[in-house]
Amino acid sequence: MSPVNISVESLNLVTLAPMLIPIVGALLILIIDMFKGGLDKSLYVMLSLLILFIDFNALLNSAGVFNQNGTMSGVFDVMLIDGLAILSQFIIVGASMLFIPLALTHKRFHEFSYPEFFALFLFMIAGFQFMVATDNLILVFVGLETASLALYTLIAMHNREKSFEAAIKYFTMGALAAGFFSFGAMVFYALTGSIEINQIAAVLSANGYADIGFVLIGVAFMLASFGFKLSMVPFHTWTPDVYEGSSAALAGYMSIVPKIAGFVVSMRFFEFLIHSGVVWLEVVLYILVVVTMTAANIWALVQTDVKRMLAYSSVSHAGFVMAAILIGTTQSNSALFLYWILFSFTNLGAFSMLWISRQKNLPTHQSSDHSFEKFSGMIKTSPMAASVMALFMLSLAGVPPFALFWGKMYMISSAVTGGYPVLALIMALNSAIAGYYYLKLIVFMFMKEPQTRSLGGAVYVTNATGALKTIIGFATIGTIFAFLAVNPILEFVTSFVYNSGY
Amino acid sequence: MLDHILSILIFFPALAGVLGFVVHKDSMRAYGIAVSIIEFALSLWLWFAFDNGVSGMQFMEQLPLIPAFGVNYILGVDGISLFIIILAAFFTMIGIASLTDTKDVKNMIVTLLFLQMTMVGVFAALDAMVFYVFWELSLVPMLYIIGAWGGEKRIYASIKFFLYTFAGSLVMLVGVLFMAYFYYQATGQWSFAILDWYRLILPESFQLWLFAAFFLGFAIKVPMFPFHTWLPYAHGQAPTIGSVILAAILLKMGTYAFIRFSLPLFPDASTFFMIPIAVLAIIMIIYTAMVAYAQKDVKQVVAYSSISHMGVIILGTFALNVEGISGSVFLMIGHGVVAGALFLLVGVIYDRRHTKLMSEFGGLASVMPKYATIFGIMMMASVGLPLTINFVGEFLSLLGFYQQSHILTLLAGVAIIVGAIYMLTAYKKMFFGKVTKEENKHLPDVNKRELIALIPLVMITIWLGIYPKVLLGPISNSVESIVQLMHDKAVSHEAKIRIPNLSEGVEIITISQQGGH
Repeated sequence: MSPVNISVESLNLVTLAPMLIPIVGALLILIIDMFKGGLDKSLYVMLSLLILFIDFNALLNSAGVFNQNGTMSGVFDVMLIDGLAILSQFIIVGASMLFIPLALTHKRFHEFSYPEFFALFLFMIAGFQFMVATDNLILVFVGLETASLALYTLIAMHNREKSFEAAIKYFTMGALAAGFFSFGAMVFYALTGSIEINQIAAVLSANGYADIGFVLIGVAFMLASFGFKLSMVPFHTWTPDVYEGSSAALAGYMSIVPKIAGFVVSMRFFEFLIHSGVVWLEVVLYILVVVTMTAANIWALVQTDVKRMLAYSSVSHAGFVMAAILIGTTQSNSALFLYWILFSFTNLGAFSMLWISRQKNLPTHQSSDHSFEKFSGMIKTSPMAASVMALFMLSLAGVPPFALFWGKMYMISSAVTGGYPVLALIMALNSAIAGYYYLKLIVFMFMKEPQTRSLGGAVYVTNATGALKTIIGFATIGTIFAFLAVNPILEFVTSFVYNSGY
Repeated sequence: MLDHILSILIFFPALAGVLGFVVHKDSMRAYGIAVSIIEFALSLWLWFAFDNGVSGMQFMEQLPLIPAFGVNYILGVDGISLFIIILAAFFTMIGIASLTDTKDVKNMIVTLLFLQMTMVGVFAALDAMVFYVFWELSLVPMLYIIGAWGGEKRIYASIKFFLYTFAGSLVMLVGVLFMAYFYYQATGQWSFAILDWYRLILPESFQLWLFAAFFLGFAIKVPMFPFHTWLPYAHGQAPTIGSVILAAILLKMGTYAFIRFSLPLFPDASTFFMIPIAVLAIIMIIYTAMVAYAQKDVKQVVAYSSISHMGVIILGTFALNVEGISGSVFLMIGHGVVAGALFLLVGVIYDRRHTKLMSEFGGLASVMPKYATIFGIMMMASVGLPLTINFVGEFLSLLGFYQQSHILTLLAGVAIIVGAIYMLTAYKKMFFGKVTKEENKHLPDVNKRELIALIPLVMITIWLGIYPKVLLGPISNSVESIVQLMHDKAVSHEAKIRIPNLSEGVEIITISQQGGH
């Protein structure tokens, strides 16, 4: 046995930096707690924020390097830092920075009194970052599971009966998805002898998809696995229950961050298959996209709880965005990132509005935490909050010039240019259906009489603190003035996506 | 300042609306009136500075918005949009001035000011995406006005209004994106500028599809015959101010968009669909007139008559010649004035009696003589009596369409005359005969505030009926250039014949189609 010599330079360890920062931060939080327990949550919130800030800077740094040198790989080619990885990490870290101050609520909530919450949160971010910054299926799996296990715990820490139910449900479904994933990866390993997506693609195209049957089996497993993670219909069943069980803030977070990670991996994985003319996949993906958009919209119509409505709406949005992977052009992939950046602002804002109205205990006249009735006549008692909430709803519905309209517009345009006119029409009509349930909340807020006038507007801001209001202010400004930001974001995103070869 | 007068016209009311949140509730009306008077004065200034001799766009402004995707903030007015902008400013002013005691008057006025921003924006936008933004945004304030201040079924009415138009416009959005894509294919760069699109000649098969996509969005807004069902509900439930703005301005967005987009972009498709659309328009005129006759509620009568007259506007637009289109633009203004006035008048009686059923009235002429006089003038104008504003527009529209089809024009002409029946009957039921109800005997006549709103409308109705040339000059000037553009762009033989050549006219640059996809 000759000794193996590996130079440290060839490992290119700098590619690991953005992931290591939150891990080190998480450990730091645990160490602080070891030395002195019982510290206030505000300390941990601010620490996490600082760590994420450093993480963000590390990403800016790798974005600069990417601009100069193109795609980097490191650590035995396991890490792959291309445009997609950097863009999605920006979204992951950015959304996390917006999320974490939401812990600074007025009322005390169980989970935030544990420093472990923040440590797990940072571990989760590192997991997602690993997941998007590689094309090695094993590392994807490790990242996914690290993040998911942390997320299950975060949900359960909310310490309500429904939260346990949600966590268990999510865990069970997640375990199933993990099984599917590993099985799918195994099939591809058996076929090609590699677990790197680009190797798989190369081997498959070299032998001309000889074993198309096995490829399809592998694709089916992968599709099911991502279906669970991205809450595609019919794998979406956990979504509303899990969202309902977790705190509104975490539900908003879940509708954004885990999904962008999932989208990036499925973009890496499915894109080459679609482009190599696996017609079956194209058809299945087409059906999946249309059904997810439409069915979720129709279910959302009949919800009586705003949070469940938003859960179904985020399923529908996921279906809408999944269309980008089906279309598979540079424009559509850029549209995916543009859409998701704008969506994260708006959706996090909407969920934060629910979060600040979260009561400690459920009053008798309310059937659930965020029933539609709770918001009736809100304009009379707290006009400002009602206007902001309406703004987020209009943006989600795709009313111009608010944030999400531009994402929708660009996405539909990419369907038009990609040669999917019918899909473009379906997407447009689905936005119209979606208009109804977003409008329903606006109708309750603006056109109905308040149920309990005696309470006044206090109930809608019971949880509000300066920090939460700041976050909502960020989201509001981002939503209104999105039209100014669309051009720079679009140029940035397009150049990154294009230079990564997608 | 004139360089940016359009931006000022658009965003001044919005800014005033934002600042209006600070104004005290009791002073809000005065604030609203002051702001809308300034806005109206600005719009008059625009008219004053407007060069009647120029047929193209004036006061153009351009700012890059999303240059990477060809979206620019481009504004401009020509003779077609100028008067509708003035009308919008005028009606917002009158609407706010005549606002009776409303609950939450502050929210109402702020909403109206935002609505004004979107209205002016739609008519001044020369970029399809900016146009679309204002077009969609205009739904939101109207949704709130109907939903919060409306009648019993206001929520149903407002949601129906919103979803119907929203669905139509989303289909239109797909059409807009396709149009931009074709432009991209032909020239290699993205652009949503309408003036750029004007230079693009599309093959007829593409035109048909795109025309259909745009048509759905516009036709729902107008609303044309099979898509009209949202309007009676919206009118029936909306408060007076909502109906006035809806009838006077918002519906004009659809007909205006036909002239701005459908005709010059798709001349062949316009010719192709001319007869079917004319048939739809005639069905719309006759059918809604009949429905109007059967109504018991005077506001519904006015609402259906308003749809009926929109049919004439469509007919004039699809005459595809200068007379027809100029007539339809003029009729848009005339219809705005008359229908707006009629809704105001209905509002006057509703404030007194809190009912709109005609059976509750009768013999009002002896109790409220001034009211009956004004109502009479406006009703005559609505029927299209010569020397009133509507006559000019209706006459020109029919004259224009007569050149395309004699029989259809004859049908439409008869239908308009028959349409007079329901108006006269309604007038008879309300104003003539004996005063049967005790409550009606001591109704106060129109008061000063109402007169302030109504007298100018009567004056305009008669003034423009007698001397329409002030508006018709600039309108037909701009229409001529559009018709010439259509003729030059037309590909099919049929369209070349149907759309008159105004000879030497404008020279356009044609871009060869580099094969679709």
